[in-house]
Amino acid sequence: MVLARKGSAMIYVILFLEFFKVGLFAIGGGLVTLPFLFDLSEQYAWFSTKELADMVAISESTPGPIGVNMATYAGYHAAGLWGGIIATLGLVTPSVIVIVLLARLLDRYKLNQNVQNILSGIRPAVVALILFAGLEIAKMAIVDLKTVIMLAVWLMMIHFWKRSPIFYLILAAVVGLVFQV
Amino acid sequence: MSDISNELPITTGCLMRQLWRLYKLFFKIGLFTFGGGYAMLPLLQDELVRKRKWLSEEELLDLYSIGQCTPGIISINVATFVGYQQAGIRGAVFTTMGMITPSILIITLIAAVLYKYMYNRYVTYAFDGIRVCVVALILDILYGLWKKNVTDKKAAVIFAGALGLLAVFNLSAVILVILAGAVGWFWHGKVQQ
Repeated sequence: MVLARKGSAMIYVILFLEFFKVGLFAIGGGLVTLPFLFDLSEQYAWFSTKELADMVAISESTPGPIGVNMATYAGYHAAGLWGGIIATLGLVTPSVIVIVLLARLLDRYKLNQNVQNILSGIRPAVVALILFAGLEIAKMAIVDLKTVIMLAVWLMMIHFWKRSPIFYLILAAVVGLVFQV
Repeated sequence: MSDISNELPITTGCLMRQLWRLYKLFFKIGLFTFGGGYAMLPLLQDELVRKRKWLSEEELLDLYSIGQCTPGIISINVATFVGYQQAGIRGAVFTTMGMITPSILIITLIAAVLYKYMYNRYVTYAFDGIRVCVVALILDILYGLWKKNVTDKKAAVIFAGALGLLAVFNLSAVILVILAGAVGWFWHGKVQQ
């Protein structure tokens, strides 16, 4: 893997192709990309497993989708600023191609009865998926009495005082700092 | 919305402005997404369903099911889909670029210089505070989704079954969506015959 060394121009091509592959085969949420990144860390000397663990922790807590964050982080470690940009572009390219093709199909078959039947089965299952994902986040976030009370207060505020989620998120950062959860 | 933009002749200036608006909107959504695609749901609901009415709540859910079993991460799939609906392929490219720009800026900054501050006490406090709020935002959206989509006995059975499969067998989301689709097709198809 001489070509994939830092400083070589070929590294950008390889980064793009490798992350294109990740984007194509990682089906589902952002953390699904993790095993692929693990393989990359073994195949190339771009980043260590320890660095990968840091990447996950930081990608989870910083703004932006986890999968995109991890691609930028890994690309940056492999080849600096442009490495981060190119790895991220590689990751999203398959999505753009597949979804554009699918959007055309869906527009055409949206009113098809079979498609409607299938979707009516999927919708309640996706509600369950979202609940499950919410509970996973809750397991990390709701850890003591203080956080339980905060959750209850947020729920009431969100329900009765309908403001934009961005407003609550900014307020939540301040509340976190003040009450030191 | 997409039909109108296809039929009316659009001047270049107008199109550029629309693409720029799409870019800015998804930049904002990317900037305030803490966590995976599901944490983004409250933002999408607020910006796309409630404020702009580009999608119905059901369509947003459908996008999540499509995103669940197509290549790539969900948030990018949703961004691409909405961009395509609003302004064709160029729209899809602009929304996706908007979505990834905050990540590229912030992560590059962290990887390059801010790395050591990420484990700072106060940064952790702020992120922990945000996470509690993300849970509340998701639960609030769920209440609405549940009322709208789990309306009859069949839907309730699928919902409960899905939750059970997730909790007990840790079933992959891809398989769950395909399975639920098959159940829906079989069940609802039968009634109509």
